[in-house]
Amino acid sequence: MVQLPWLLLLLPLATAALIHFALGGSGRLAAWTGTASAFGMLGLSVSLLVGATAEASPFVWLETGMFHPDLEQAITLSLKTDRLALSMMLVVTIVGALVHLFSLTYMAEDKARPRYYAGLSLFLFSMTGIVLAGNLFMMFIFWELVGLSSYLLIGHWFTKKSAAEASKKAFLTNRIGDFGFLVGILLIWGAFGTVDFNALERRVDLGNLPLTGGLLTAGILCLFAGAVGKSAQFPLHVWLPDAMEGPTPVSALIHAATMVAAGVYMLVRISFLIALDPTAAMTIAWIGGGTALLAALLATQQDDIKRVLAYSTLSQLGYMVMAVGLLASQAAYFHLFTHAFFKALLFLGAGAVIYCCHHEQNIWKMGGLAKRMPLTFATFAIGTACLIAVPYVTSGFYSKEAILDSAYAASRPLFWIAAFVALLTAFYMTRLVVVAFLGKARSQYARDAVEAPTPMAFALTCLTLLSIVGGFRFFAEAILPRGFYPTFDSPHHNFVMAVSIICLLAGVVASFLLYRGREKDPLHITPLRRGLYIDDLYTGLIRLFQDGAAAVAAAFDRHILNGFFLGGTAALTQAVGSVFRRMQPGSLHFYLVLAALGIMLLIWATSTV
Amino acid sequence: MTLEHYLIAAGILFCTGLFGMIVRRNILVIFMCLELILASATLTLVAFSRFRLTSGLPDIDAQMLVFFVITVAAAEVAVGLAIIVSLYRSTQSVHMEDLHTLKG
Repeated sequence: MVQLPWLLLLLPLATAALIHFALGGSGRLAAWTGTASAFGMLGLSVSLLVGATAEASPFVWLETGMFHPDLEQAITLSLKTDRLALSMMLVVTIVGALVHLFSLTYMAEDKARPRYYAGLSLFLFSMTGIVLAGNLFMMFIFWELVGLSSYLLIGHWFTKKSAAEASKKAFLTNRIGDFGFLVGILLIWGAFGTVDFNALERRVDLGNLPLTGGLLTAGILCLFAGAVGKSAQFPLHVWLPDAMEGPTPVSALIHAATMVAAGVYMLVRISFLIALDPTAAMTIAWIGGGTALLAALLATQQDDIKRVLAYSTLSQLGYMVMAVGLLASQAAYFHLFTHAFFKALLFLGAGAVIYCCHHEQNIWKMGGLAKRMPLTFATFAIGTACLIAVPYVTSGFYSKEAILDSAYAASRPLFWIAAFVALLTAFYMTRLVVVAFLGKARSQYARDAVEAPTPMAFALTCLTLLSIVGGFRFFAEAILPRGFYPTFDSPHHNFVMAVSIICLLAGVVASFLLYRGREKDPLHITPLRRGLYIDDLYTGLIRLFQDGAAAVAAAFDRHILNGFFLGGTAALTQAVGSVFRRMQPGSLHFYLVLAALGIMLLIWATSTV
Repeated sequence: MTLEHYLIAAGILFCTGLFGMIVRRNILVIFMCLELILASATLTLVAFSRFRLTSGLPDIDAQMLVFFVITVAAAEVAVGLAIIVSLYRSTQSVHMEDLHTLKG
């Protein structure tokens, strides 16, 4: 009997292998195989969600031997197929399948389609592994694998220098977070003796924790470091905007809807641990809130359509992380769920625009696209409405409301930050729509743009529907785990909603008045355009420490190792040699004299005995 | 004629050979001097053989050895001369001063 969860996990791996090894020569075949596999995964995850038997026996991958009698002695690949995992799987496979569909036209002219689709399948495999992981070790393995597939896909156009640099930057930045994650896992393993989520949760329920105080805070924050890297929170957020060098469908799938949400998903998985330590929880909440604010500020001054969306993703991820830190992981996960659909929609909409404008990404060279691409405009506008949380009719409204509610209850400063971020979100998204879609066309490409082709339009329409219904009770409650859908029955709910609607209106109106009919950006705030100089700071730090260390190492190498040890040995050998070479003058007569003297010496020595 | 006479003669022969090898420059002459040294060794062998009497007869073993030595020496001369010929072909010289390739 085939176990469906294992099949779901291994199907994309098999597809990636098939495409890579067998279909390398045929882009069309690779594209259709990848797409078929993605839709197969969608079918599998739907059937699991509606009640197919989700049993999956664990598989011992590696025996570690006994370090200590209390520790587990094996690294096990076990699948946890609870409601949380299955609903996340649904999000991943829906967005994955639609992104494959979208790629059919978007990447139709690409030379390296087999590599692209193999990368997408590899990513789906890794992401499925994270989502279904039953323990932290397995999650870490797949955590690294998504890092790898993200690297491969960002660098898809690796002949472009900026893309190659961006993929490297994404990988290295993630490595920093992953290192923390690994330390955290080992801390938890050492203290609890297990990294299995079920066993950990049972252990926490029993009370009398083996890990307390500062060490518990450190353990949780180390695990959080993994999420900081993967979900691009401050201070490791710098890789995500650069990751936009990858193909746009990849940005939609990996850098908006799923992979970057993996950090939040992991935090929701370990929320029972976070709840144990208020210090760690507060730190997480403030880092989330700070990232949301920082990213929203930066988004207001970006000219590249994808970078606006990237910063917006950062900001929304900040919301989710903040909610996790405020112990409202249900709200965080609900926002993750709705955000995945509308952010994928926005990215694919941006992809359609970019595709139809011959890869022009600067919004100031677009304009007036609403008339030429009405369907794309309509879907993009609905995605925007979801993101800025237009009341009642959009999914983003419900999930953002849930986060604001919990923020208001838990921490007032963070609530006001979140409200201000909502205002900024409304501001920069309205700016994006007004500049790119309304007004007059500002370039030849924009004047010649035509509506997106059918597969793209189909993907956009599907995501639009999901973006709208994703927040409705009948839909979300059928998919989310029990109790995750917010109740909105807190006494301060009306106040929170009033604040959020005021923020929304203020942002939209301000932006509309400021940007309507403009030819170029009336605001020019250099620090915001340069990402508050954080990248420059990192470059400076790298120059200072890494190049400094390199200079020391080089000097050591040159003078101590090469100069003293190697040079010294050589000089010594040479000096000794130059003494002995005197004995080899190359004259046969000299040797003969020596030989004669030797014979005489021998005779003299033997005759005296 | 006693054993000493033979040995002194062999000694003179040996010293002549050695002296010749040291002072002469032509490699052919050096080679000839080498043969002198070999001859002195052979002479010593024969002399010892002649004067070592076992039940009134000389010990014949060493004299047999001399035949081997002469045979091998003949072969050695052939090899040595061949080396000298090929040396001359490559360096156009039979002077020792010109042969210093192995100088350290």
